[in-house]
Amino acid sequence: MPMGFWRWWVAEMSLKIALPKGRLMAETAALLNRAGWGLAEYREKSRLYRLRSETMPRLSAKVFHERDIPIQVAIGNYDLGICGLDWVEELLAKYPSSAVEKVRDLGYGAGALHLVASKANGATASLDEVSSLAGGLRIASEYPNLAESLALDLRLRRFSVFPLWGGAEVYPPESADLALVPGRVGQSLFDYELASLGEVQRYAAFLIVNKDRRQGKDIRELVSSLEAALAPGGSFLAAPEAAEPVALDIRPGDGDGDTVRLALPDGHQQQPTLDLLHRAGIEISDYPSPRGNRRPLIKLDGVTAKVIRPQDMPLQVANGNFDLAVTGRDWLREHLYQFPSSPAVELVDLGFGRVRIVAVVTQDTVVSDVYGLRQLIAERPKSLRVASEYVNIADKYARDNHLGGYRVVPTWGATEAFLPEDADLLIENTQTGRTIAKHNLKIIDTLGESSACLIGSRRGKAGPAKRARMDSLINSLRLAVEDA
Amino acid sequence: MRVEQCKGFRDLSPQEMGRFRFIARAFRECCFGWGFSEVRTPTLEYLHLFTATGTLTPGMLGRVYSFLDWDGWSGQRVVLRPDGTIPVARFYIDNLAGKGLAKLFYLANIFRFEETGKEARERWQGGVELIGVSSPLADVELMVMALEVLTKVGVKGVGLRLSHAGIIRSLLSRLRLSPREQAQVFDQILDGDSEALAEIKSQRPRLGRALAALIELKGDSSAALKEVRALFDHGLPEITPHMDNMISIAELLEAAGVRYRIDIASGRGFEYYTGVIFELYKDERKLGGGGRYDALIPLMGGGEVPASGFALYLDPLLELVAPETALRPRARRVLIQVESKVIGSGFEIARRLREAGNVAEFQLGGQEPADFGWLLELKDEAPFFILTDRTRKQRFEPKDADGVLALVGGRDVA
Repeated sequence: MPMGFWRWWVAEMSLKIALPKGRLMAETAALLNRAGWGLAEYREKSRLYRLRSETMPRLSAKVFHERDIPIQVAIGNYDLGICGLDWVEELLAKYPSSAVEKVRDLGYGAGALHLVASKANGATASLDEVSSLAGGLRIASEYPNLAESLALDLRLRRFSVFPLWGGAEVYPPESADLALVPGRVGQSLFDYELASLGEVQRYAAFLIVNKDRRQGKDIRELVSSLEAALAPGGSFLAAPEAAEPVALDIRPGDGDGDTVRLALPDGHQQQPTLDLLHRAGIEISDYPSPRGNRRPLIKLDGVTAKVIRPQDMPLQVANGNFDLAVTGRDWLREHLYQFPSSPAVELVDLGFGRVRIVAVVTQDTVVSDVYGLRQLIAERPKSLRVASEYVNIADKYARDNHLGGYRVVPTWGATEAFLPEDADLLIENTQTGRTIAKHNLKIIDTLGESSACLIGSRRGKAGPAKRARMDSLINSLRLAVEDA
Repeated sequence: MRVEQCKGFRDLSPQEMGRFRFIARAFRECCFGWGFSEVRTPTLEYLHLFTATGTLTPGMLGRVYSFLDWDGWSGQRVVLRPDGTIPVARFYIDNLAGKGLAKLFYLANIFRFEETGKEARERWQGGVELIGVSSPLADVELMVMALEVLTKVGVKGVGLRLSHAGIIRSLLSRLRLSPREQAQVFDQILDGDSEALAEIKSQRPRLGRALAALIELKGDSSAALKEVRALFDHGLPEITPHMDNMISIAELLEAAGVRYRIDIASGRGFEYYTGVIFELYKDERKLGGGGRYDALIPLMGGGEVPASGFALYLDPLLELVAPETALRPRARRVLIQVESKVIGSGFEIARRLREAGNVAEFQLGGQEPADFGWLLELKDEAPFFILTDRTRKQRFEPKDADGVLALVGGRDVA
């Protein structure tokens, strides 16, 4: 029998489910265990991404960042998925005709997305009242589509939504007027002196299915087995309630006078950033913060620091929400590919965190470079799936190299696990190439190098005092790099 | 690999474009005849233009094609124009503010997402905006114009249905709904839910006689309106001016000999409407609509400028226009076969034939001689011109180009 037939048979007969890591993992694993799905390797600290059922030979699973799951189910890579309803709604808010269907609330992982603002002395506001506020409102969120829908529903006259990779709660009031953040149902106060203006969307763990597969007998059986294993109890997803009015501090982002606002990275660039600050003679406390504090104290006159995701920094600096930021050149480039007229600009190459941005395929792909890949694409009917955290870099690469009718699949980390079943090509960063080799992948092209850099804005508005502070900070960092 | 057409978008074939141009020409001629001037606004506008006034429903704004363009780092989204009126209002404010009356029209495509992809997401419309006047006569002028265009393109049996945003709004406030509920019901009505008002009525069994009559207001004469008006002569001061406005419009339509039907509950349209709302129907297919929008330009910061307008929808009209009425290429067609040595004269005579109002094509291979009334051969030796009249099956050998022109004829020849 030809190989092609077997591939087809396996693809037709297999059942694939996308499972979440993170907040929903423990309870999802317990549920699957009760349902007898035989996925014992699905547990915290297990570093396996691909799982095979011990009891149902055709069932396989893959572990994803929760945010990837609705997309993976919608594009048909997976029949079923389990993730928070928040991420399903985030996808549907922008793409209502996505081929993903909500099957049922699984009864755990309940929470609510809250619109939050900084509370301070002054006027009170509720969700309704926000709509009557004059001026342009800046809304920061990991849920940009829901944030935009909300802004339209509230009939905000003028608003900007800043999509984030994380850390939205540290933005208000200086870097955003409002943030849309996950919290508990009924929660009224949040870290960093934020208060909820109201719940926008309640969520819980949800079982979702690809619309085209939902009628399959196997799928229905799987769903029933899961339903039978559900803990009894009502749904968490009652309609959101409006919060009590709270005192708010919503002020236009005018640049905060003379204070220099510095953005420092979270994640694995924290230690080298700290070392750099030390070499520059700048003292900082609670960074990296063991308790996850995103407002460290920097002992530098007229300078404040916040810890945010490096991915978010170029957009934030371009918009004047921060003056200076320590990010990666990869993220600056990603930003500039999307917005060539952005004022974000590299000021100092900080030297650490050096990586290569590479194009990656599986070892058994019979090409050794991008030209070979182009040839291969021309010979096959399906379009190329390019997975990347850098959607704009990936898009430009595929466009510049004429990779046919390609599609870019956005990912939120662990991209190397997408090959071969969920993508054909990755655009990834790599330090040593070891992770890539470990996953049985190979590099066919290098798009460029990246390292940490200090960025600023070409259009930054600063008075002489602030300008002097910024120059001195830039200078001391530059000297620290040269010393290293 | 076959590249598919974008879902929800359509091609227009040569036949359809013939009908499209026919409708567009009738629309333009009518607009020029009434003293309007044509404008064109960009396909892309900032999303802010449409959110700033708060005059598009969230339901509508949720279906715009909005995205961040290359300049989008500030979070400023752009949209493919979802509406024709608001851009023209912006044009007026940018270019004509303070200059009094402006009579503008446009032919444009608008873009709105719909989920199935089976309905059109790009729609063409011919729109007319009458800015700077607030009289009932202005509203009636627009209705008469719209009907005139439809008559001109040969669509018969068009119904004109009237409602009134001022009456609906004051009715809703009278019903003691909260501002939020009022907005919701108004939006429902505008989005085409003609049961929305009836539902409210059923929840309020003890409404006064006048309000109950108003909610159900239907009729086809100004007399019917006056009867209802008599019911609330003293009780409903906030509704009275709107009712009087509606009566004036009805009377004017009667004077113009235009038949209409009033149905207050079915005011499908835009949230920016403040006065009369009108819709044009053929067999329940909506062919166009319009209304008065006195608050839009003030909300956009253009000062206290009243306005009203309408749009005709070209997509349903394309289906209704008889194929034979469509604009076609010119009738007399000449196929020219030319030897390479005399190609220069070929170009020259082709130009002259076209200038005289004929179609003149070179034989490129693939043309069907049966589609041509005349065949012209150009040679570099005598006879230099051989002209065949395919209809009458006659062969000529004219001496020169003038001779060819004389035989084929031109614009002035029947």
